[in-house]
Amino acid sequence: MLSFAFMRHAYMAGTIIAVISGIIGVYVIGRNMSFLSHMLSEIGFSGASFGIFMNWPPLNGMLIFTIISSVLIGQMSSKSSRRESSISAISSLFLGSGILFLSLANKNASDATSILFGSMIGISSAEVKQIMWLSLVALVVIFLVYRDLKFDSFDHVGAAVKGVNTQAISVVFLVILALSVSVAAQIVGSLLIFVLLTLPASSAKYFTRTVSGMMVFAIGAALLGVWLGLYLGYVTNWPVSFFIAIIECLIYFGALGWHRIKS
Amino acid sequence: MSEPVLDIKNLTVAFPDHLVLNDLSVQLNKGDFLSVVGQNGVGKTTLVRVILHQLAPQKGSVTYTPNFKQMKIGYVPQFRNIDEEYPLSIRDFVGLNLHDSHLSWLSKNERKKLNRIIKDTNLESIQNTPLGEASGGEKQKAYLAQALINDPDLLILDESTASLDSVRKFELLDLVQEFNVHQNVSVLFITHDIELAQKYANQYLLMRHGSYESGPISQFKEADLEEAEHA
Repeated sequence: MLSFAFMRHAYMAGTIIAVISGIIGVYVIGRNMSFLSHMLSEIGFSGASFGIFMNWPPLNGMLIFTIISSVLIGQMSSKSSRRESSISAISSLFLGSGILFLSLANKNASDATSILFGSMIGISSAEVKQIMWLSLVALVVIFLVYRDLKFDSFDHVGAAVKGVNTQAISVVFLVILALSVSVAAQIVGSLLIFVLLTLPASSAKYFTRTVSGMMVFAIGAALLGVWLGLYLGYVTNWPVSFFIAIIECLIYFGALGWHRIKS
Repeated sequence: MSEPVLDIKNLTVAFPDHLVLNDLSVQLNKGDFLSVVGQNGVGKTTLVRVILHQLAPQKGSVTYTPNFKQMKIGYVPQFRNIDEEYPLSIRDFVGLNLHDSHLSWLSKNERKKLNRIIKDTNLESIQNTPLGEASGGEKQKAYLAQALINDPDLLILDESTASLDSVRKFELLDLVQEFNVHQNVSVLFITHDIELAQKYANQYLLMRHGSYESGPISQFKEADLEEAEHA
């Protein structure tokens, strides 16, 4: 299997994406941003379609759209009651625009499918490098703001009293989240971002008691899903994102069941 | 004479539709335990927000000794959003407030500090319990431990005992008193509970709508509060 270059690229990209998704996912859960990360994935779809329309690599279009919108969201989403409605409105707007860009670019349904559900076999070595650099940037930023981000994500009230600049931390995190969404979409597609960005971290919270423990578990669960998903996709010729979704859901429902039995 | 930690002078805070604080002056000395009492809406939490620099007053000043930046303030708020599935243990939650270094992991010194505060607040046996599964009293103790971990000069408790039964209230305030007496931590305690205010405080501030009264707790008359509540 690994004698094929496309599978080696898929494993390399998948490994990096699993690690970054596991780490970022812990903060997504801590900050209750699952719904927001879903919106960013829809914005990513629109960005990728725009990239195709402009004859750019889809990832570049995704990055531009998600990063700009994450900064805008950071400014407008202070009231949680308003946030959900705003997210629904913006999601609809971007999904609609994505379809328009694809239509204007005269592309067929397979382009839309590969953006929405991912396409492992199409990852080139240049794209692996791009994914690696983007993930590295996200990791370095996380490392630099680790303590403040952790405090603000798991105890917003305490962090504000301590003098942590919670508004700045929120914008920085949204930009990192935008980067991660764009990167993770390369494997599972923009519609299945949840699978890697929220399910492993959601499962982790039932087994671990510390932020670092959650990260280790989430990375492990994401890696298991990606590696096994790629293998099963290769063997059966079924979509890889289907297997990754199934594996992560099994881990999540298993964790939930275990928690219920325990309590 | 005791050294003042906080000197609040002629503080006035107004929101667009009403005046919340009107010319309030009070002093908190090193080692004082000041109970702030008064009915809802007289501006107790607004006073805390001004002290914490979360709100700017229209008039008046708050002087910190030596200054706001150097003063370490521990704050236990009235509300915190901790649900049953909150993923962190009590120990990890308390440690969130450690900022001696920027590294992702705790230094040896920080671990020492964390162990000490866990022990001093009697949380040792439940330190690995998820905070979401802890009882109301255990949660309040964890909030207190987090507020005390950096050896604050001033500890602010905003209605921290409001949701506790009478046994847990005294347990929590016995702990606060230990830090107040043995480590000279000044305490500003906002409460509706006069019994607690009188048992633990040495000073009081009675807040009415627009007028204030303060002094040693021995001079506090419950009748004044009743009068304020019916005013």
